[in-house]
Amino acid sequence: MTALAHSAMPAQVGLLAGRAIRRILRNPAQMVFPIIFPLVLLAVNASGLDAATALPGFPSDSYLDFALAIPFMQGALFAALNGGQDLARDIEGGFLDRLAMTPLSGAALLAGQLGGALFMGLISAVLYLVVGVAFGVGIATGVAGALVLLLLSLAISSAFACFGTFVALRAGTGEAVQGFFPLFFVLLFLSSAFFPRDLIEQEWFRTIATYNPVSYMVEGIRSLVIAGWDGQALAQAFAIALIAIVAFLALSARALRTRLVRT
Amino acid sequence: MSKLARTRSVAFSVAWRSIHNAFRNPAILLPSILFPLFFFIAFAGGLSGVQNVPDFDYESGYTSFQFAFVCIQSAAFGGVFTGFAIAADFEFGFARRLLLAAPNRGGIVAGYMIAAMVRWLFVLVVVFSAGLISGMHVDGSLADLLGLLALALAVSATSTLWAAGIAMRLRTMQAGPVMQMPIFILLFLAPVYVPLDLVVGWVHEVARFNPFTALLEAARGFVSGEPEKLAISAACLAAMFTLTVAWARGGLHSAERAG
Repeated sequence: MTALAHSAMPAQVGLLAGRAIRRILRNPAQMVFPIIFPLVLLAVNASGLDAATALPGFPSDSYLDFALAIPFMQGALFAALNGGQDLARDIEGGFLDRLAMTPLSGAALLAGQLGGALFMGLISAVLYLVVGVAFGVGIATGVAGALVLLLLSLAISSAFACFGTFVALRAGTGEAVQGFFPLFFVLLFLSSAFFPRDLIEQEWFRTIATYNPVSYMVEGIRSLVIAGWDGQALAQAFAIALIAIVAFLALSARALRTRLVRT
Repeated sequence: MSKLARTRSVAFSVAWRSIHNAFRNPAILLPSILFPLFFFIAFAGGLSGVQNVPDFDYESGYTSFQFAFVCIQSAAFGGVFTGFAIAADFEFGFARRLLLAAPNRGGIVAGYMIAAMVRWLFVLVVVFSAGLISGMHVDGSLADLLGLLALALAVSATSTLWAAGIAMRLRTMQAGPVMQMPIFILLFLAPVYVPLDLVVGWVHEVARFNPFTALLEAARGFVSGEPEKLAISAACLAAMFTLTVAWARGGLHSAERAG
């Protein structure tokens, strides 16, 4: 705590991010489930929905290629959930109160907190990519595209993690963070994650998917895998992720100030 | 009072309490309604284009195809949610008092089973209404729909016995994933999105031997008015019911030994 209090901001961020990462590494369940579950679901869906690739206009010959974007989104959701819950536990356990008595800056606290989620997001994204390629997915944009994919995946993980952080700071309980988790999944299922938007037959569903920002995040990742370089899809995906990061970071900073004043 | 009358009395008391708790507390009831409803909306809405795949031969349409899945899924998960309630009863000490007070402890499990079925019937009304509003075709006769009802109630009873067996062995709400995951995996290793013939790869091989495949196909047959796989479904259910009765009985003995 003393080292933390007297160090400069980058060092403060490093210390808190290191703590968040160590926390994840010491709890294998926090790492294994978020990685395995999306891969199992991918395997099941790739077999179950492969027949859909026979539809005229389906953008890929293999549903596995098409669906590879989904685990990246689910991994980001799990990273957000875990990050938010860790922070909520810090609040409930009084760790945040103790930090409030040190000269630690709020920005360092938020950045350090996001470190754990970003670490988790990066590990899972690399694994999804490796598993996908090992099972025959070809990345249409090549090695450079794979690197951009990892970058986009990190941006999306950060966006969701900022949201998780905001909920944790605002509500202060793990149950509240957990309660938001189904909402994340609803957003994913009501998007174009599982079916191309132009092939969705139900008008109302297509409308929801069109207004759902998650659709554009998925389509950004997917474009790198199956379509090649698509500037518009990438710009939309990065823009939505960045807007979400900025918005939820600002809200988190406000919630943190309120919480520290309350303490 | 005869043994049967005592069992019935315990079962109805436990069932009434469990139903009363569920309907008085939206936090308990809502997930069991919202999850199937959400699956129904997401699959029937988002994936409806799948019905245009060559060789997709389900005449009643994709909404009906997914309604049958949601019927079986909600019945199975209704049992799991009841398992959560049993685990909570153990965690808060109520189940121990129940074990002491009940003249016939088998009636406790039967009571939870009845509660799960009643809760599922409520979920069914909601999902069925949503289906009809969204233009679902039900080509089955009244007899077919009663067949579907009986099938799903049997699934609900079986999954309740499975979850009860775990809840009574582990006696903690942390056992939730252990109750949930095997059923989730079995359900999704069946032909959820397309008929079995269109499922490819290793999932096709697993689905051929998955008892939930027969149950799903029977349910879809009832909805479309062309019942099929009835004998094999009945055999699967009978086997699953026998196994889960033994499993729940073992759980009850474990809880009794723990005091």
